[in-house]
Amino acid sequence: MHADPKGVLTGVHFLDGDHACCEGTLAAGARFAAGYPITPSTEVVERYASRIPTVGGIFIQMEDELAASIAIQGAVWGGAKAFTVTSGPGFSLMMEHIGYAAMTETPCVFVNVQRGGPSTGLPTLPAQADMMQARWGSHGDYGIIALCPNSPQECFDLTIQGFNLAEEFRVPVMLMLDECVGHMTEKVVIPEAGKIEVTPRRYTKLPPAEFQLFEPREDSVPDMLRAGDGYRFHVTGLTHDERGYPSMNVETQDRMVRRLQDKLKPLANGRALCETENLEDAEVVVVSYGITSRVAQRAIQLARKQGVRAGKFRIISAWPFPEQRIRELAGRVKAFVVPELNLGQMVYEVERAARGQAAVIPVTHAGGTVHNPDSILKAIVEAAR
Amino acid sequence: MNETTLEIPYEIPAGAHNPVEPFLRMDRMPHIWCPGCGIGTTVNCFTRALLDSKADLDKVAVVSGIGCTGRVAGYARLDSFHTTHGRAIPFATGLKLSNPELQVVVYSGDGDLFAIGGNHFIHAARRNMDLKVICVNNLTYAMTGGQTAPTTPGKVISATNPYGVFEPSFNLVALAEAAGASYVARWTTYHVKQLSRSMEEVFKKKGFCFIEVLSPCPTLYQRRNKMGDGLDAMKFYKEVSKTRHGAPTSECALTKSGEIVVGKFVDRERPDYFELLRAQMTETLGDRYVEPLREQEEDVVCSC
Repeated sequence: MHADPKGVLTGVHFLDGDHACCEGTLAAGARFAAGYPITPSTEVVERYASRIPTVGGIFIQMEDELAASIAIQGAVWGGAKAFTVTSGPGFSLMMEHIGYAAMTETPCVFVNVQRGGPSTGLPTLPAQADMMQARWGSHGDYGIIALCPNSPQECFDLTIQGFNLAEEFRVPVMLMLDECVGHMTEKVVIPEAGKIEVTPRRYTKLPPAEFQLFEPREDSVPDMLRAGDGYRFHVTGLTHDERGYPSMNVETQDRMVRRLQDKLKPLANGRALCETENLEDAEVVVVSYGITSRVAQRAIQLARKQGVRAGKFRIISAWPFPEQRIRELAGRVKAFVVPELNLGQMVYEVERAARGQAAVIPVTHAGGTVHNPDSILKAIVEAAR
Repeated sequence: MNETTLEIPYEIPAGAHNPVEPFLRMDRMPHIWCPGCGIGTTVNCFTRALLDSKADLDKVAVVSGIGCTGRVAGYARLDSFHTTHGRAIPFATGLKLSNPELQVVVYSGDGDLFAIGGNHFIHAARRNMDLKVICVNNLTYAMTGGQTAPTTPGKVISATNPYGVFEPSFNLVALAEAAGASYVARWTTYHVKQLSRSMEEVFKKKGFCFIEVLSPCPTLYQRRNKMGDGLDAMKFYKEVSKTRHGAPTSECALTKSGEIVVGKFVDRERPDYFELLRAQMTETLGDRYVEPLREQEEDVVCSC
């Protein structure tokens, strides 16, 4: 179905990534947001707070990130599409409820505008050091989706896509911005509502007596419900059976946990989102994401000028990791160069997917600013030797 | 657990059933609560209150946190949510705001609501969020083995204060009043009629309502403190409880063996969150203000 025109600010705008992300949430149909102020992410909900009263929805500033990250889930079970926004320290606090959303299969969106860490770190400066936390930060086995925009336009587009994927897979979706992408201002084109695809919540059509809230359909994803519609359903963070009842046995645990991960397999394989260039003849492929991909672009151009056959693989859906694509490439390239604003996170995934078939070279950076393209260029040139 | 057969010294007529059964998930019985525990009694009162208030049960949602009382959500045959430790109130806040026609009841324990969840409690009360909070206060962390809670009175022996509790404890009713609750009452599981009536009353009242129910934990709290069993707790409640409606909450602190002041302490009119929101937005935005949510969601359902 198409977006509700009430939320869509059709036109050509000059927006920063945070504001574009906010417009994305409105276009996607999010009518509930809960947040807690934290730099460099607050602009997303500040704009939402000013926009939502005339669109029809709720923004509530909660007492902390723990509250914000669970309030959105209450709102989802009440029938809304909902999200919260934060940065590193707040993201750490939200881990509890990322686990709850994964466990209860609550479709919702967490926006993380990454800044330097650990702890309070660099509140106003960029990093990409929450990538592993996004995947593994809550306890136990589960799966999530993480998307990495590299421009304000993509902040808009991927936010909508993030909401759509959350509904399709009934998972928490992380939008992994970074301070640079969040604060850079560029042209953002917002199409007409009729041209924006929005995935509606897949409510069950079965009557209460026949419906089980955690009985998966053929795509391994169960249909949804909302409170107040007469189903008298139960949701728990305990291990539960298809009825949603707690079940403390090994078989239920195994069935449930495997499904929570397996339902996301399509995204690790054929449906992985990425942007590629010059892969046909590439001997060295730069794998990057977010703001770093824009620095890498420059390094790739410089390398090509020097006669090095460099290619680009930009990760857009970081989780599930686009394993199949990297594995295919590993068979025919010499090396992967992986620059990121951290001391090495996604590079381990590249290494795992490459299975020793190509060299994997990290270009690390502790954050606070972006790479100098020369450091990436140097790694490309050395890898090609 | 071994199956035991209870000898019942009277005849049960064929077809008889407990009138609260329709409110419970009977397919989940037996419940996990210990013999002598008071949580089941409060659930009985709750179902009585639902029955007597003729509430539309499709529009009542129960939200619990973690702990013995946290399990209430799982037994209530209503839309029910067993959330994370301490977070029942913020979950309920989101649920209520996105679906205002729901009667949202938060049902949880003292440790859950006032230690890990204490911050959420005071803020929801401050906002006068339209939530009915029922706190079963057994003065301890029971599910985890009887550790000290913020409500455990001084001198009590607990698993984490084996030489006696020395930290001062919270007076929950005073805290609720100070934070802004519209309605504050306290009962014990001895006061089943009064508790039911209080619950019925809060179902009809707008805003943040708080009922504290003192409830025995014979397995951990009482055993460790040589306070007898469930029946002894009832005798104790009967003996030391004093009904004082309207008593200043600051004078209602609990001690290990002293007087328990029960009654309705606060029943005041304050605009709730929705009224405040609407008033502010209408004042500032006038006709441009769009009432939130529900109508839109109907559109979504229709068009898919």
